[in-house]
Amino acid sequence: MIDIFALDFMQHALWAGLLASLACGLIGSLVVINRQVFMAGGVAHAAYGGVGLAFFLSLPVLPCTLIFTSLAALAMALLSFKRAERSDSLAGILWAAGMALGIILMDLTPGYNVDLMSYLFGSLLAVPKSDLWFMTGLDCIILGMVFFGYKDFLSLSFDLEFARSTGVPVRMLYILLQVLTAITVVMIIRVTGLILIIALLTIPPMLAELFTNSLWKMMLVACLASLCFCLAGLTLAFYFDLTSGAAIIAVATTCYFLGWCGRFCLHIAK
Amino acid sequence: MLPRPWSKPCSKFQTMHMTHPSSCSCSRPILLPQTYSHGEQKNTLPVIDVSNVSFAYGNRDVLTNVSLQVTAGDFLAIIGPNGGGKTTLIKLLLGLLSPAKGSINILGHDPRRTRPAVGYVPQHAQTQTCFPITVQEVTLLGLRRSKKNFWSTLWPGYLQEEKSRALDTLALVDMADLAHQRFDALSGGQKQRVLVARALISNPALLLFDEPTSNIDPQGKICLFDLLSTLSKSITIVMVSHDLISASTRITSMAAVNKTLIQSPGRELTPAMLELIYGSHDTSCPLDEYIRGVSDIFSNQTNSKRHD
Repeated sequence: MIDIFALDFMQHALWAGLLASLACGLIGSLVVINRQVFMAGGVAHAAYGGVGLAFFLSLPVLPCTLIFTSLAALAMALLSFKRAERSDSLAGILWAAGMALGIILMDLTPGYNVDLMSYLFGSLLAVPKSDLWFMTGLDCIILGMVFFGYKDFLSLSFDLEFARSTGVPVRMLYILLQVLTAITVVMIIRVTGLILIIALLTIPPMLAELFTNSLWKMMLVACLASLCFCLAGLTLAFYFDLTSGAAIIAVATTCYFLGWCGRFCLHIAK
Repeated sequence: MLPRPWSKPCSKFQTMHMTHPSSCSCSRPILLPQTYSHGEQKNTLPVIDVSNVSFAYGNRDVLTNVSLQVTAGDFLAIIGPNGGGKTTLIKLLLGLLSPAKGSINILGHDPRRTRPAVGYVPQHAQTQTCFPITVQEVTLLGLRRSKKNFWSTLWPGYLQEEKSRALDTLALVDMADLAHQRFDALSGGQKQRVLVARALISNPALLLFDEPTSNIDPQGKICLFDLLSTLSKSITIVMVSHDLISASTRITSMAAVNKTLIQSPGRELTPAMLELIYGSHDTSCPLDEYIRGVSDIFSNQTNSKRHD
């Protein structure tokens, strides 16, 4: 198995998996505990509008998608903060509108684009070096924001009203969380594709939550779990000629249910 | 520079070695604020001074010309029907909302400037369920940001001094032995105690409670009110509560809110206050029996206090 990672494209895939795992573990944990999984799904699918825009305007795909998705997340954050009771409906609108825009822009783009499927379903085995540097930069931003804002994010997530009463800038943090989710979504596009992003964002933190009693421990275990899923999925994809993104998610889902069963059995035994 | 009488050096506080419950492993001395005697005023400014305040959500008037004064050492209960404006009043006192008319002063200043001096205890049901956080971490969330500790606010961890302070505060509410337990594994009454500790850790001069006994069983309510009685000897407390009967023996003053406010000079539940909350009722109405029962309880307590 170690031999396969001697290949260049597999090393790139491994680095991409590592960088994506860091973002998934940190931001995915915040998304799960804030119960914003559906909103994250809306942002993820809205990113397709950015992909379509990039092809239509012949711009670099990831930077264009990052700007588009960040603006979409910002708009949703501002609207949903005012109308929290309708945040799921707003996420649904964003989800559909982003996909529709992407499809229309693709229709209007002349020629046939072979890269399109790789953005929908992932292409971890075809990540260029330039994308790795881009992902590294995004990871530094995410790590910095979460590291320095950890206490405020924890306070906001646990009790929003109390956080406001102690002077935590809740509105700014809420918007920042949506933008960080957008950044993470763009990072994972290459790993699992738009369709399966939400799974890699949520399964590792949910598995970590079963065995931890603290947010920082949950983030750490989620990062490690995500990395293991990426490694296992890559290996399975290489040997069985499977789509890498789908293989990663299949491993993650299986591990989550095994973990849940294990915890249930421990609970029964006690 | 905003004067901060609540943060004077330790000479203002007395150190007490409390007898800890046998289940508690904490043996550190616990600092309590100086005890107030009722009637003795520590300074001439009222702790809370609300003057002709009005507030509306859009076109819906919630509070109209409300005035309220609370002096140091008071334990005030705010009662009223659902939708009467009790929680809105609490949010105005916290500075989370701004009044459309009138003025609010907390310790002589705008509520937004005196937030570090005010502890807020919401209902425990308002907090997230299934959240990965320990009891000690919940308590530490009450530490306030200031220019002095700005850099420690940015650091994700807590100093040993801060962790010790959290354990000391948890010992005050008899929850120190559960400091490393997950918060969502606690009972309703225990959760409410931890939220009280979260408010106490910053040494507030004023504590605001928003229906602290909701979703708590009768045993938990009794324990919580006993705790509040102890705290009220050293901290001014304002509590919104539907539970008049449990609160009756602990409070020192009362106010009824239902768009307007009637404040009783003592603990008397006046007919005007009852009418403000419940309206006029026919004697055959089932609510009338409850109202008469509550009124009798308060009358008996007032009479027995006069005899003493």
